[in-house]
Amino acid sequence: MKMNVDVAVIGGGPAGLAAAIECRKNGVENILVIERDRQLGGILNQCIHPGFGLHVFGEELTGPEYAQRYINMLAETDIKTLTDTMVLSLSPERVIRAVNTVFGVVEIHAKAVVLAMGCRERTRGMLRIPGTRPSGIYTAGTAQRLVNIEGLMPGKNTVILGSGDIGLIMARRMTLEGAKVSGVYEIMPKSGGLKRNIVQCLNDFGIPLHLSRTAVEIHGRERIEGITVASVDENLSPIKGTEEYVECDTLLLSVGLIPENELSRGAGIIIDPKTKGPVCETGFETSVPGIFACGNVFKVYDLVDNVTKDSILAGRSAAEYVKNITA
Amino acid sequence: MQTTKVTCVICPVGCTIEVDHEKIDGKETVIEVRNNKCPRGYKYASAEVINPERVLTSTVRLVGGSAARLSVKSEKPVPKTSLFDCMKEIRRVSVASPVRMGDVIIKNVAGTGVDIIATHNG
Repeated sequence: MKMNVDVAVIGGGPAGLAAAIECRKNGVENILVIERDRQLGGILNQCIHPGFGLHVFGEELTGPEYAQRYINMLAETDIKTLTDTMVLSLSPERVIRAVNTVFGVVEIHAKAVVLAMGCRERTRGMLRIPGTRPSGIYTAGTAQRLVNIEGLMPGKNTVILGSGDIGLIMARRMTLEGAKVSGVYEIMPKSGGLKRNIVQCLNDFGIPLHLSRTAVEIHGRERIEGITVASVDENLSPIKGTEEYVECDTLLLSVGLIPENELSRGAGIIIDPKTKGPVCETGFETSVPGIFACGNVFKVYDLVDNVTKDSILAGRSAAEYVKNITA
Repeated sequence: MQTTKVTCVICPVGCTIEVDHEKIDGKETVIEVRNNKCPRGYKYASAEVINPERVLTSTVRLVGGSAARLSVKSEKPVPKTSLFDCMKEIRRVSVASPVRMGDVIIKNVAGTGVDIIATHNG
């Protein structure tokens, strides 16, 4: 199948939805949002906790509520959506190849493209923790999806490595669902998460946070049985003699996020080595004309409210671009 | 009089708020609240020394929907001490699609006087 659109938005999370709606408000008529999941809303759907929307909506919402508001706004427009559709490639000429089970391969020609693919979590492989390779090791976000969307518990006795916000949120979530969370280990002398999450996710439930302490070995053959933790010096090297064995059947990793730019690279877009996102001009235009980027694919944000604000600007720029080339 | 430092959990700013409080006629009473940047912080910090409360979020089983779970929350904060009692009730509940955001899923959860509501369509 072949499609021609004015603006194609890749990713139906908060960034893509805000950009698409803003394009429509600025007069673009033929807009398509492509989403790989079955439903729109992106990562917000699994972030069931409150704390979103204070800036954009002036009230405290949960992630799904924030997403639902944008999904409802989108439904009031004539913006087209393709869900359950995976984009395979993007060319500098703005030709998108995508695939789904209904149409097979779809080729989409767009006058402008907005990249809104979000980010990915760093994995065990990126940390290079020595030891065996058993099951039971998940990124915190994967565990969050299992618990909140699929309704599956990853394990009963959990240790969390890294104190990013998703890890802290999952410490509380697993505890509320009846699992034991024996501790959070953070290699840095300070937590990477928000202060309020230390209070309401760890302190509220008596879960200890061990700073300057990290995993140095993973144990277990089929399933993880425990980890060895050790304190680290100022160079983050483990200190001999400080090792301790901690029993667990599940290890969650909350050790950072990286913008997901495989498609951007394929289109020849220049990536900033520091932010790992596209180098952008004002208005969020990437190094390839007519391709814009917003949300966590551009840089990792702390707050979805700020994603929305920037994505509105990106959507406006994309609309402007389409107007100029068709004028 | 006693001064308690409270880290506000209402928004990502995370203000450290000082609350002066003392027992008057056997009842913990707030005398003064300092260092809060907004009225939400005042309310939160006062409650934190008298009767700590939290908004509880979780999921319930969804039958016939596009996902296996439906996300829910307590419409208002519930006492911190009641969180696990609320979870016990939430865990037993199963709802049938369609559900709209804001629909009441459990009335008066664990006798707190607070309802559990859907936070998404399902």
